[in-house]
Amino acid sequence: MMQRTILRKVLCAGCCAALLLGWFPFYAWSEGPELEKLSFLPTWRPQAQFAGYYVALEKGFYRREGIDLEIIPGGPDRSPRNYLVKRKADIVSMWLSTAVQLASDGVDIGHIAQVIQRSALMMVAGPGTGIHSLSDMDGKRVAMWPSDFQIQPMALFERHGLTVRPITLAGTLNLFLHGGADVALIMWYNEYDALRMYGMGPDRLYAVYFSETELNFPEDGLYVLGDTWFAREATLCRFVKASFEGWRYAFEHPEEAVDIVMVAMRRESVPASRSHQKWMLSCMQSLIRPAAGGRIGVLSETDYLRVAQVLEEGHRISGTPNFDYFSKGCMNDVSQ
Amino acid sequence: MFRNRGIAFKIGFSVLAGVVWIFFLAVATNYWFSRRMILTNLERSAETMTRSIVEHIDTVLAPIQKSTETSAVWLEHGEISESVLYSVLQDNVRNNAEIYGGAIAFEPYTFDPNRLYFSPYVCREEDRLKRISIGSSEYHYFYADWYALPRELRKTIWTDPYFDEGAGNILMATCATPFYRSDGEIRSMKGVVTADISLDWLQRIVQEIRVLKSGYGFLVTRNGVFVTHPHQDWIMNETLFSIEGPSGQVLKEVGHHMVAGETGWMPFRDPVTGAEGFLYYAPVQTTGWSLGVFFPGKEAMADIARLSTIVLFLGMAGLVFLGVVVWMIAGSITRPLSRLTEAVRTISTGNLDLPLPEPAAMDEVGVLSESVSRMQSSLKEYIRHLTETTAAKERIESELHIARDIQMGILPKSFPGPPECPRFCLYAALMPAKEVGGDLYDFFYLDGDHFCFVIGDVSGKGVPASLFMAITRTLIKTRSAAGIGPGQVLTLVNRDLAADNPSMMFVTLFIGILNLNDGRLAYANAGHNPPYRLLEEDGGIEPLVSETACPLGIMEDMEFVSHQAVLRPGQTLFLYTDGVTDAVDEQDRFFGEAPFEDVLRSHGKAHPQKLVETVLARVQAHAGAAPQFDDITLLALRFFGKDGGVCE
Repeated sequence: MMQRTILRKVLCAGCCAALLLGWFPFYAWSEGPELEKLSFLPTWRPQAQFAGYYVALEKGFYRREGIDLEIIPGGPDRSPRNYLVKRKADIVSMWLSTAVQLASDGVDIGHIAQVIQRSALMMVAGPGTGIHSLSDMDGKRVAMWPSDFQIQPMALFERHGLTVRPITLAGTLNLFLHGGADVALIMWYNEYDALRMYGMGPDRLYAVYFSETELNFPEDGLYVLGDTWFAREATLCRFVKASFEGWRYAFEHPEEAVDIVMVAMRRESVPASRSHQKWMLSCMQSLIRPAAGGRIGVLSETDYLRVAQVLEEGHRISGTPNFDYFSKGCMNDVSQ
Repeated sequence: MFRNRGIAFKIGFSVLAGVVWIFFLAVATNYWFSRRMILTNLERSAETMTRSIVEHIDTVLAPIQKSTETSAVWLEHGEISESVLYSVLQDNVRNNAEIYGGAIAFEPYTFDPNRLYFSPYVCREEDRLKRISIGSSEYHYFYADWYALPRELRKTIWTDPYFDEGAGNILMATCATPFYRSDGEIRSMKGVVTADISLDWLQRIVQEIRVLKSGYGFLVTRNGVFVTHPHQDWIMNETLFSIEGPSGQVLKEVGHHMVAGETGWMPFRDPVTGAEGFLYYAPVQTTGWSLGVFFPGKEAMADIARLSTIVLFLGMAGLVFLGVVVWMIAGSITRPLSRLTEAVRTISTGNLDLPLPEPAAMDEVGVLSESVSRMQSSLKEYIRHLTETTAAKERIESELHIARDIQMGILPKSFPGPPECPRFCLYAALMPAKEVGGDLYDFFYLDGDHFCFVIGDVSGKGVPASLFMAITRTLIKTRSAAGIGPGQVLTLVNRDLAADNPSMMFVTLFIGILNLNDGRLAYANAGHNPPYRLLEEDGGIEPLVSETACPLGIMEDMEFVSHQAVLRPGQTLFLYTDGVTDAVDEQDRFFGEAPFEDVLRSHGKAHPQKLVETVLARVQAHAGAAPQFDDITLLALRFFGKDGGVCE
């Protein structure tokens, strides 16, 4: 009896060992090659403005490209400029105007893809302000976000000889809605729809779209430091490729994309309205689409020079940084 | 269809239809008024509840606003050291349980010319108070709503609720009041004093609102953002204007009112469950937020719906019961009626001896039954009388028939003519108006060459007239003799008739005596229609005129005159009584003389019998179905002369 029991134990142990040994090669294979770590800081908190990155991460497009990506949630206390310069993030999303200033300031910065091809910045005037044209804004109170957001409106006012009373604050809408500002600087894909959510529909607003003016600036672009580019060019280009793949998937599956974005928003306790995120995603599809003759993800030199010229005129930069150096070369592959 | 139904059905149907109509009208009216009453009460209680909650919220928030405003006034006067500022903040937080934290944020370089940011902040951390200095290159508090809004609006503001991660991700709101530096007339911005409060208690109050089973409350900011709502996903994520779909439309509609800070009551469909109901909304005065309380209509109306169902059920049961009662009452009325009807139907077939059903009571049916009984007796009496009368009438008719036979029997039936009487031929007919008539005709030979013929019409009809006629005929026959003129005959007969005529009857009479050898005609007329002489040669006719004389039997000493005329061979003399011309049709139009004369003219050459029958046929054709009122007597005599002729 005892012998049979021992024999059974031995047999069991043998089988287990065989199974473990048998699984080992598969386990080792599933780990695959080492994933390359990359960190990315979007311009702002999670929202559909960055749907392509969150979708690409969720759908495994980065892993497929051999990248273990960490998306650092953006926000008011996380400046992409600082994160890039202080190497807290490998890649950041920034406005072109910010990046050109950085380059002009001597920061070795590389542009690896242009996501938003035209300006989504706009100004709205509420009902009862008596503003029905740009010239009506003369002498009015204009609520504006700080720093680079003010480049275009101030240049526009200057070009049209208007003197306004700028009010700098982080959130332009509440002051505008409370009647403390006549004009608010907002983003088409975000606050313009938020106004609708607050009961102030587009029919009650007078709007100026910077994309329709001579101050049409490309906005969100992807940037790295120069040494990062030279050291990890292939990886960065795979990141860009996976990101645009994520955007394509998001536009083809908007409901799923919004779901993914909403999860990220909730994780960061960001207020998330589904209808608003859907609106934002649809805006992004329009903003990412290149102008006639352009290519997706590619920064045109014309746009670059236009932005640099305005910055020079505003004495924000002295001399236009070299475009060829500024614009790194992996977008051409992505756009194929 | 309804008309042919029985009385029980008609009564039952009419009563039930009326009752059903009244019943449903009553139920509907009751429901409508009850519903209005409930809605009015619901609105009142909604107003009371909502206002009390809003006031409760205000009683908590208002002192906090008061405290920041008091601090602002205090901060405007005098220079205060940093340590005092912290002490003030600590006292403020410690002494107000609702306040989570507080800050006194200064404008750049205002408190200290070397410090861009200066904002002491004290907040609760577990059981103690924590001091922090906020503001850095990473956090420009000048740009934050809690600082920028009071600065720009120059008044106390309440920020929209926000989730504060540092405080444990709880819902917070900040009350911020600006304070100023006064340099003479100029008041320049110095900073903002704030109080952060947790809104846990507020969420709890609103979440605990329960109206009936599924009613609830929700709070929105002045931008319409949901601060509390049973649908957790919407809190701080959605607004009254961002919900998609059909339910979103309802929210948008109410949203404009709520964001505008209005108070109101309106029909509302729950955007999540779709339940119909009503919404009462009122603003929180301190912050401008708005509280909505949903009252589920179906639940509010549940009692009245249940009551209406019960009333309807009872009503239907009552209607069934009423139907049975009506059917029974109608049956109790109509059953005796039916029995009576059946009896009357049997009686109507002739069975007058059938006993009628005994009436159960002396109601209308009992009276009807008695009336029918009386009618039955009357009918029996009447029929008995009618039977007797009919028997008597039949006897009289029988006797009249016999009298007619006798009368017709005394009239000559054998008409003379060729070949026995070659010199003339004659035909006569009498059609009495009743069974026996007062007309007469007669003819006879006075001798071998003289032929007498008579036609007369006794006044009145029937048996008396026929008897008078028989007397007259007998007298004529008795008084006529060869050698006596017709006028004399009439004179004698008149005297006989008038002598004893208590009934004052009279007779018009024409008598003619024809000399068969030469056609000379002696005649006398006692008030009778003059006969026509039909002229053979030209088809014409002419009356045998004579002076007017009164009928026989009236004046006893009346003398009648004989007249003379000549009948040429082939001519016909046609005698008639006034029954011919006075015959009337159904429209009481007389036959008249003109059609009569036309017949005579057109048939002047006909055989006397043919002539008589033609005239009769025309008269009967004129009369049609109209009853005959007078005797009709016709007599035609055609003279051939002594050489004789043939009647054709």
